[in-house]
Parts: sequence; structure tokens; C-alpha cells
Amino acid sequence: MTDIFDILFTVGLWSSVLRIATPLIFGTLGALLCERAGVLNLGIEGIMTFGAMIGWLAVFQGADLWVGLLVAALAGALFGLLHAGLTVTLGLSQHVTGLGITLFASSFSYYIFRIAIPAQNTPPTVEPFQPLDIPVLSDLPFVGPALFSQTAPTYLAIGIAIFLAYFLARTPMGLAVRITGENPHAAEAQGVDPIRVRYGAVMAGSALMAVGGAFLTLSAFNSFFPTMMQGRGWICIALVVFSTWKPGRAILGALLFALFDAYQLRLQNVLGQVVPYQIFLMMPYLLSILALVIMSRSARVPQALMQPYRKGER
Amino acid sequence: MSEPVVLHLDSVTKRFGSFAANDNISITLHRGEVVALLGENGAGKTTLMNILFGHYVPDEGEVYINGSKIAQGKPKEAIAAGVGMVHQHFSLAKNLTVLENVMTGTEPLLGWKSDTAKGRQKLRALEQKFGLSVDADARVGDLSVGEQQRVEILKALYNDARILILDEPTGVLTQQEAEGLFQTLRVMAQDGLSIIFISHKLNEVMKGADRVVVLRAGKVIAERATSQTSKEELAELMVGRRVERPVREASTPGAVVVRARDVVVQAGAVTRLSGISFDIRAGETLGIVGVSGNGQAALCDLVAGVVPADSGAFEIDGHPVAQLTPRDLSGMNVGRTPEDRNTQGAVGELTLWENAVLERISDPRFSRQGFLRKAPARAYCQALIERFDVRGGTPNSRISLLSGGNMQKLILGRSLVQRPVFLLAAQPTRGLDEGAIAAIHEDILAARKGGTAVLLVSEDLDEVISLSDRIMAIHAGQLSPAVDAQGVDARQLGLMMAGEWGGMR
Repeated sequence: MTDIFDILFTVGLWSSVLRIATPLIFGTLGALLCERAGVLNLGIEGIMTFGAMIGWLAVFQGADLWVGLLVAALAGALFGLLHAGLTVTLGLSQHVTGLGITLFASSFSYYIFRIAIPAQNTPPTVEPFQPLDIPVLSDLPFVGPALFSQTAPTYLAIGIAIFLAYFLARTPMGLAVRITGENPHAAEAQGVDPIRVRYGAVMAGSALMAVGGAFLTLSAFNSFFPTMMQGRGWICIALVVFSTWKPGRAILGALLFALFDAYQLRLQNVLGQVVPYQIFLMMPYLLSILALVIMSRSARVPQALMQPYRKGER
Repeated sequence: MSEPVVLHLDSVTKRFGSFAANDNISITLHRGEVVALLGENGAGKTTLMNILFGHYVPDEGEVYINGSKIAQGKPKEAIAAGVGMVHQHFSLAKNLTVLENVMTGTEPLLGWKSDTAKGRQKLRALEQKFGLSVDADARVGDLSVGEQQRVEILKALYNDARILILDEPTGVLTQQEAEGLFQTLRVMAQDGLSIIFISHKLNEVMKGADRVVVLRAGKVIAERATSQTSKEELAELMVGRRVERPVREASTPGAVVVRARDVVVQAGAVTRLSGISFDIRAGETLGIVGVSGNGQAALCDLVAGVVPADSGAFEIDGHPVAQLTPRDLSGMNVGRTPEDRNTQGAVGELTLWENAVLERISDPRFSRQGFLRKAPARAYCQALIERFDVRGGTPNSRISLLSGGNMQKLILGRSLVQRPVFLLAAQPTRGLDEGAIAAIHEDILAARKGGTAVLLVSEDLDEVISLSDRIMAIHAGQLSPAVDAQGVDARQLGLMMAGEWGGMR
């Protein structure tokens, strides 16, 4: 039995926690930004898949890894533009549009991938991001290798979360985003154009989602396969609620989920003979639901979430 | 007036389809002046203000501010020209703080940091100058309605508004809050601001404005200085004919229909009604006055059979209500007009006829073996429309298309047509205009004359005094002793509403 707890004190567990959490942090921040402006973006699962594919493909064709991330971000922003066009300008149902975009983007990813890379037995690979040791900090015992020896995009994710928290709370444009998500009519009455704010937030948010997807193919793994997203987008949507729409808490939620996930992977090795492994696979989701229940009861949902804004109508 | 003109609307016309909501309207506003725009619902007041603020583009005419023409259809232009608008339904983000609501859009969007310290200082200065105190860091959703309105006004002032437009500002306020508001407006006018407020209430127009512009059917009918007019004249101008609220005739009440003895209603740990007792006899109206939030809602829920009494006895027509459902009550011929007609009284998405028969849907006249009988239901609705003078729709129109007054006539009508033994009328005329109020009063008095026991719950003292035989005040879940409506004065009622009935029998 001691093995079960010993796992918690291994460097390997904690360094993989941050790695597993990174795409979730990107995705959650992206979805959070959209929702703070009042738009639910269920296109996330597909946008992440597309980001994973297009980022990888760019690098495979010879681009720099950072250029790959940038390409993913631009592609994500384009899907954001599509989502905003349908939900903000036309005022269509955000649920249906988002699911449609997920289905479209997932299939489209596979299509482009297959055109570029004809079917092969072993999927082609690229040279991914390498771990970057933070000077001094990475030399600390245990904590160093566990937390400060990650690839660059992981640090970027943390940096973006901090920036987004500051942006929303302290800048005039962040305030414009929040008031648009709470009451677009109030924004309009103060001379802020809610339509433009929503377009901007959805495009930027979708770009973040796509970068989260690209992290998988350019850092966590080194190849693309169409089913690799495995519901990470949906986890992000839940994490937004868990985070109560606050970027700082989004990191916390992503780390918690990643901890469950990393832990269960290792538990499978220890207890795999006794308990069917499917139970362990299920565990992070179950615990997430539990955490969701505990954390989100006092959450303040953006009041205008999923409400289309039409000028002159109240 | 010697003060300069700050705002001039020149021959403004706005049509929706073939309907002219504003027909060739010209209005001027001087510096330091308070002007009331008086008119019934549908007279075109709100349309006019939306044009002024840039929400609508007029078909003809121009708006001049301080002598220069402003581009139309752009709220930003209006804000920049110094116009601030306080909407009837507030444009506030409830989850944000007061300061955040006020500061939105006042800084360049690309800045790296909101200068909250400066914003806070400016807000504080405005609060002190005009006596509009409010906590800058409070979440707007936690504030009372009166405070939220202050935030709306502060928002306009923060944007350096010199012309303030208020759309039905007192519609959501209590009497005390309304008086505070008009004091504030007065201070602002003395400071050189110019104010237009929209209203259909004669009392506040006479009290709050220097000048009144009367609008009827989209046209300016008259302009009067308040010092040279009277409520009666304004009422006549506004409605286009003499309107007098009907007067209660003396009557002899019959047997006791409604009996409450020491009724207690609790919601969780909160006592909403603590030991109330009253009787209502056939052909008698009992009026309940009180400041909102003192237990009126609980009383109405109790009487409507929605909430049971936790202790005590409550009977209608000899039946203990605790054992009855709302459906049993309508079967017993108890009529109810709920406090909020839009959420409790009618289903906006359904048609008039559906709403008319909704509470009697299992009546064999309207359904047979689980199938609706539409033709009789429509005919029934048509009869209601004719008898209670419901205008603006056919039995097949959606009820949300009706004006508040006409919706209320239908809701009241569907109760009264059955000649109920008991009628609950909760806030029956809230938000209605003079003409509709007179019609509703007429109906309630006719029911009383026909032998119905009426419980009238209202915040409008004039209404309660003119319709009731006896009046009780509700305060903190308790009822005062009843006073005779004949010869009661508003001061006495005011004391009762404050819970000061210690000396009374």
C-alpha cells in the first residue's frame, strides 16, 4: 500500500503534472476569455485539434517551432472569426454553432493532414521543444527538476495566465470585456462597442485554444493523430466553471486535473493487477466533477453569457 | 427665460412603418431648467428620448446641442456633446463594482492601467457635490434599486453630462426614494445642469418640474409652466378628455368571506408574516398599505394558495386554504391578480385566448377528454376583450404585445367575469397610465358592488384610500389595526406604514 503514496513524492509525477496541465491552461484561458465577453465557445475541442495539426504540419514542413505555434494561433483566430460571425453578428445559438465548429474543425484537420501526409504505418515525427532549465531554481532539490525544467510553452502558459488576470482586472480594455459579458447594453450606453469587443475576445481566445492544441504535437508528443485531443477541450470548458471565470484559478484547476491524471497513470502500474485500469481512467473526471461541485456553487457567471446582443433591443 | 438654450429638438418625426411615434416635435431646454415630458404610455416619450440620445435615427428633423447639430444614431456623439441618459431599465453590469460601471469607456481602451485612483476621486467629488452617496467598491447587484439609480446618474455625471435625461425615473422607486431623487435633480439644476424627465405621474410632474411638455399620440399638445397649471388641467391635456377616477359608493357589507386568525408564514428561518388577523366581508374592500418588502408578497402568496400558513387559521368562504391548491381556489371562484403581471399574471409568449383560459383549462367549456376546444375558448376571450375594453390585440395575438394597462384589464377581467366571491388585487395599477387606472378602478368597484370581497394590496396611497372601506398597514410582517378609509389622512397612514400604531386600538 505504501507505494500508492510514495508516487506522490516522485519527481516524475510532478514534472508530468505541469506537462499535462499546459494544454489545459491554454485552452481554459481561451475559453475563459470568450466567456468573460459573453460568448460560449464549444468549438474548443475542434479548434485545439486543428491547432495541433496545423502547428505540427508547419514545423514538419520546415518551420521553426515558434512559428508553428504562431501558425496554430492564427488558424485558431480564424476559427474564432467564424464563431463570432455566426454567434455575434448573426446571433445564432452559441451551443449549436460551437458544436458545429468542433465537428467541422476536427474533420477538416484530418482531411488536411491526410492530403499532406498520405497514410503511413508509423506517423512521421518532428523534433519537439526541449526542456528549459531555469537557472538557479532548477538546481533546487526535488522542486527544481519537478517544476523548473519544463519546455518553453509551459512557462508561456503561466505567463499568459498572469497577464490575462492583470488584463481583465486592471486595464480599460479588460473592463470593456467584462462589462460586455455582464451587460452589453451597459457597454453600448458608455460608448463601448460590444460587437467589436466580442469579436476580439473570441478571436484571441480561440487563438489560445489552438496554441494549447499545438503544445501537444510540438512539445508533449512529436506527432499528430486525429483522435489525440481526447476531450481535453471539454475539460477546459468545465475548468472555466471550476475557475469561476478567474485566470489564476484556471491554473489551479488545470494543475489539479493534471495531478489526478498523472497519479492515475502511475497507480495503474501499482494496482493494475487488482483493479481494472478503466477505473483509473475514469478517476480524474470523477474527481473533477466533485471539485466542480465544491468550487462553483458560489460562482458568478457572466450575466450576458450566451445572450446575443442586438442593437436597440433590450 | 433668459438662460441660454442648451438643447433644441427641431421638428423631429420618427415613423415605425406607417405609425408616427413622433410627429413633428419641437422642444427647447434651457440651462438650469427641469422639464417634464408628460404623456400616457405609448404617447412617444421614450422614442423621443432615444432619438435625443442617439439610439434611434429620426426620419425628419434635427437635434441641436448648444447650438450645434449632432450626428444622429450615435450614442457616443451624444455622450461627447454632454447628454447623459438614465434608462428606465438600468444599463448596469450587476457583477461589477460601482466604480467599474462608472469608469467603463471613459479611458482610452489601449491603456496599460486603469487609473482607478483618479476615477475614485472624481466619483467621490460628484457624490459630495450632489448628495448621491454610494459605496464605490460595492457590487452593483448588492445595491437597492434606489442606489442603482444613483449609480446610473453618477455614470452620466462622470461623463461630464450637462443635460440629463431620465426615463420614468420613479417607476421603480419607493415614495421616499423618489422624493430624494427630485431633491437631487433640483440641486443639479441649481448647478447649471439641464434635466428632462419622462413621467406619466401628475404628482411628481407638478412637484419636480419647472415646465411641462405634454405629449399625446406622438404630438406636442401643450406646454405649461408648472406654476401656471394644475393637475386637473394636465390630466385632461394628457388623456385628451376629462378623466376622473371613479368614486366609491357607500355599501353595506354582507357575511364574512375571508377570515385570517394569527396566521404565521415562515420561509426558512425568516418569519414573513407574524400572527396576522383580518376579516373581509362580502361587498367590502380591505386595503393593505405598506413600504414594499414588509410582507406584502407573503400575504399575496398566502391568499393565492401558493404558500401555506405555518400556524393559525386562514379560510376563504369557510374552507381552510391550507388544504387547497391554486386550482381549487379558482374552482371556488376566487379571483387573483398577481403583483407582477408579466411573470405571474400572464405568459407573454402565449396568445390572449390561451392566457384567458389558462387557469380554467380543465373546465369542460374549454377542454374535452384532454383536447382543447379552441373555438369556445376564443369566443370566451373575445367576450372578455369586449366587456373589459382590452385594446391592441385579438384573441390570437401574443399577450406580450399588449400594453401593461390592457394586459392588466384582461387579467382582471378573466377573474371578474366569473363574479368571484373573493378577489385579490395586488398592485393592480402599478406602472399604468391615468386612463387605464380609471378603468381598473371602475372594474374593482363594480366587483365590490356585486358582492365580491376584495383584498387590495398597493403601494399607491391615493388608490387605497379611494377604493377601500377599511385600511390596514403592513410592517415587518405584522398588520396594524384597521382604520376606516373615510376621513383617513395620508399622514396617519404614513405613521402606520412605519409601524407606529402603538397608540391605536
